Amino acid sequence: MKLPNISSPHTTRPFSTSNVMLNVLMALIPGIIALTYFFGPGHLIQVLIASTVALASEAAVMKLRKRPILFYLKDYSALLTAILLAISLPPYAPYWVTIIASAFAIIVGKHLYGGLGQNPFNPAMIGFALVLVSFPVPMTTSWSAPAELLPAAFSSGISFSDAMTYIFSSRETIDSITSATPLDAYKHQVALATESEIYQNPLFKGTDHSSFIVLAWEWVSIGFLLGGLYLLWKRIFTWHIPVSLLASLALCSLIFGWDADSFVPTSLHLFAGATMLGAFFIATDPVSASTTPLGKLIYGAGIGTFIYVIRTWGAYPDAVAFAVLLMNFAAPFIDQYTQPRTYGHNKPKRGLAAKK
Amino acid sequence: MNTSFNLFDFVGGVHPAENKTQSTQSSISSAGIPEKLVLPLTQHIGAQSKPLVNVGDTVLKGQLIAAAQGFISANLHAPTSGKITAIEDRAIAHQSGLSDLCIEITTDKQDKWIEHSGIANYQDIDASQLISLIQEAGVTGMGGAGFPTHVKVSAKPDAIKTLIINAAECEPYITADDMLMQERANDVISGIQILAHILKPESVLIGIEDNKPKAAEALNLALKESPENTLIEVIVIPTKYPSGGEKQLIQILTGKEVPSGGLPSSLGIVCHNLGTAYAINSAITKGEPLISRITTMTGNACAAPQNYEVLIGTPVKHLLEVSNTDIKNTSRLVMGGPMMGFTIDQIETPIIKASNCIIAATKQELPDPAMEQACIRCGMCTEACPAQLLPQQLYWFSKSSNLEQAESHNIADCIECGACSYVCPSNIPLVQYYRFAKGEIKQATADKLKSDRAKVRFETRLARQEREAAEKVAKRQARAEAAAKKQAQKKAAPAQEASDSKAPPAADIELLQKKFDATKAGVTKTKEKLAILLADENADPEKIELLKGALTKAQTKMKDAAKVMAEAKKAEKASAFTSSDKGDPNTPERLKNKLDLAQSRLETANKRLEEAKAENSDKIEAFETAVTKQLERVNDAKLALETAIKTSATNNVPASVDLETLKQKVLAAQTRVDKANERLNMAKEQNLETVGALQTGLDKQTSKLVDAKAALEQASTEEAK
Repeated sequence: MKLPNISSPHTTRPFSTSNVMLNVLMALIPGIIALTYFFGPGHLIQVLIASTVALASEAAVMKLRKRPILFYLKDYSALLTAILLAISLPPYAPYWVTIIASAFAIIVGKHLYGGLGQNPFNPAMIGFALVLVSFPVPMTTSWSAPAELLPAAFSSGISFSDAMTYIFSSRETIDSITSATPLDAYKHQVALATESEIYQNPLFKGTDHSSFIVLAWEWVSIGFLLGGLYLLWKRIFTWHIPVSLLASLALCSLIFGWDADSFVPTSLHLFAGATMLGAFFIATDPVSASTTPLGKLIYGAGIGTFIYVIRTWGAYPDAVAFAVLLMNFAAPFIDQYTQPRTYGHNKPKRGLAAKK
Repeated sequence: MNTSFNLFDFVGGVHPAENKTQSTQSSISSAGIPEKLVLPLTQHIGAQSKPLVNVGDTVLKGQLIAAAQGFISANLHAPTSGKITAIEDRAIAHQSGLSDLCIEITTDKQDKWIEHSGIANYQDIDASQLISLIQEAGVTGMGGAGFPTHVKVSAKPDAIKTLIINAAECEPYITADDMLMQERANDVISGIQILAHILKPESVLIGIEDNKPKAAEALNLALKESPENTLIEVIVIPTKYPSGGEKQLIQILTGKEVPSGGLPSSLGIVCHNLGTAYAINSAITKGEPLISRITTMTGNACAAPQNYEVLIGTPVKHLLEVSNTDIKNTSRLVMGGPMMGFTIDQIETPIIKASNCIIAATKQELPDPAMEQACIRCGMCTEACPAQLLPQQLYWFSKSSNLEQAESHNIADCIECGACSYVCPSNIPLVQYYRFAKGEIKQATADKLKSDRAKVRFETRLARQEREAAEKVAKRQARAEAAAKKQAQKKAAPAQEASDSKAPPAADIELLQKKFDATKAGVTKTKEKLAILLADENADPEKIELLKGALTKAQTKMKDAAKVMAEAKKAEKASAFTSSDKGDPNTPERLKNKLDLAQSRLETANKRLEEAKAENSDKIEAFETAVTKQLERVNDAKLALETAIKTSATNNVPASVDLETLKQKVLAAQTRVDKANERLNMAKEQNLETVGALQTGLDKQTSKLVDAKAALEQASTEEAK
């Protein structure tokens, strides 16, 4: 029998790309459960639509590229992109919004750049940004109120059939379930009211004012936080990006917006909206993030800062997508200038081109 | 075990499955003597050793069969007694899979040792002598690299502060050093002590991983038994791959980093493998050269995995047979560990001094490499790298052959440990990419060096050519200037004799000849025209008159041209003879000749005058003047002659009778004859009245020429006598 000539090493860790992706998917489950519990089955339906479209798009592209389709679908990267996109979108966004976002994210955001590992931008955020800018009305008016605050007709929550109706067919009665998100509400009311006044709104503390930080959203954030900590423990990614992101966001908020009567308070920044999702699942997307340890810190801090800036002085209530996309631009540059010091060298070699 | 030793750690590292217990169940056995031994001549880093034996020679065990070439090289000894059956290229244990020159010994199973003896008290021996004994024994690094040990121990005095013994054996599967420590700890410690005696360090540290408790115990026991040493310490370090790498072990034990591109000796540290210490002990205390080593034979295809004491040069095939390995079930045969070892595809490959393990792996054990997927830039490789590199970036640069960036990202510092490839979730063979890039960089550097040299040569050549061209131009200019100067000088002194100055060159005479021919042609034409007109009865008388006038003009022109030409020729001929060649013109002889000439001319002039008078032509006056002139000349010549005779009589100047003068005279006469002939011919053509006179002149010149020739002949015959 012919013995092979293969380069060392001859053994590898039994941990593949699909393992990485599956771990991330599993870490999303607590957050998704919280979302469904508080906001109805909308997100689940969106997940289904987005996943189907994403897998179909990826299969189509792989066929065009004459590659083995199943092999590439099995690394679950398209699935992960779709699910992240689906839970970022409003739960009752029309189906065509989701389809467009998902298809765009996979085809343009990922495959047009060369496929897995080649995209400079986070594909899910590309899809999200596209539909946010192109279809602002559906994107801002499809958020549902937490179950607690729904009108009497929905005392047992939004049913599956209702959700299907809203998403696929008639949206006439959707106003009965939609409301602004806490971040959005606070931002627009803070010009006129004080913190205590704003907090009278049950949107923030619930009808019985029992929530710690913010109604429903705090649980969603905690869900994602737990998922993120699980991934840290599994060493899927390092601590640098999440910690620097949250730290810089908190710091910006404390420095500039310490006055809760004039600015959105820090607790809301951290626990309302997509901050935790962004910190642990979106900003840590390895393909589009910085790779060096110092670079990751700068990258995370940049995203945190941008989130605060856009939320406070920008037009959008939730700015994670744009902040991430903006820092994606900078990631290669950051990499160039944050190379670590190699063993045996006195100083790190930073900057472009060959310096011997 | 570690009392108060401060351990450091290195960044990164991985924890692959150890797979060591399979081969530590039995003690070390001998692998026996195979049929043939194949000994590559390059089992070490450095120059290939030169064989000292020939095919057909009989050798004894431990006999020197190949000598080191240079300082960084190693001796080779026969591992057992037998006959040299071949010295040729064979497959060797190397990543490249290429073959190299090997000595083949067919063993005679006698295992007869050559005369050898060890040193009882090495402490009394000088360090340099010990080093030369190590060199003679052909000891090289047994950890895997095979660097000649005598080079490594040849340090300057007081240069080494810390001696580190590498007993880490961090790679999975390998247990050779483990068993060596467990079974032969005393010899090992003795070897370490010899090293300490040579290098005289301040401390000796044995770094051993904590997965070898029995070995550490054995070492400590041996240390206790040899109380004279106080330097050696056994330091247990946490198990992590690759803590057995020299750079990483130094970092763990001392916290210092070996400078990039430098050696540990620059830090005052030297690192030796445990097996090398054992070999040094055998060489010094037993006088045995390096002829065998402990090799782990393991893998799932191997029925009885264990450590063997193998003779160097044993083909792997023999080892596989001895250990009952199912070769059919072996899907991969690896020499070394699974992280850094290389595959062998021919089982006849021999074991060399640095072969520490053979893994006969089944398909499930070391499966075929999975398909390489896209890099998702997860950064796990960066976390694992012990050299603190960015393997991900190096991967991108190596893949795109961006050698500049790869170099600037310190690819040269990669120790190819394989930790990055081990953790990569996309199954990217990273180390293979880096090896490729390193090879390309090496080739590019060599090419650049070559092209730089070629460039220097080319530029030098260009400069030389330019210089030569410039010199030529300068020379030409100088010559032109000199010539111009000379011309200017000549112009400034026009009163030079025609003979001294440059004669009208032959080209001028040719020109004059051409002119003369032209005038002659003109005259002929006009004559023809006239003849036609005269023949024609109805010709216009005016035209005839005109034509006659033209004819006269043409004839005058011809005469003038002839005159000019004659003068030019005379001048040229005159310049051919310098005044010195002519000799003294005032000799009596010459004056006599002149006189004769003048007299003959006078006679001719008289004759012509009489003829003219008889014809009553209008040239009578011209001839009368001519006669008067000739008379004057005759008188002058007579006078000159008389004076010359007088002076010659008083001075007694001997008449020169030398050949040269005679020759000149002959030449002169010849020219005169030619001239006369020309004039005659011309006159004949023109039907001039002077034909007769010229004919007489020619006859005279001819006779003179005959005389001159006779005189020359006479003189030459006299000379000959």
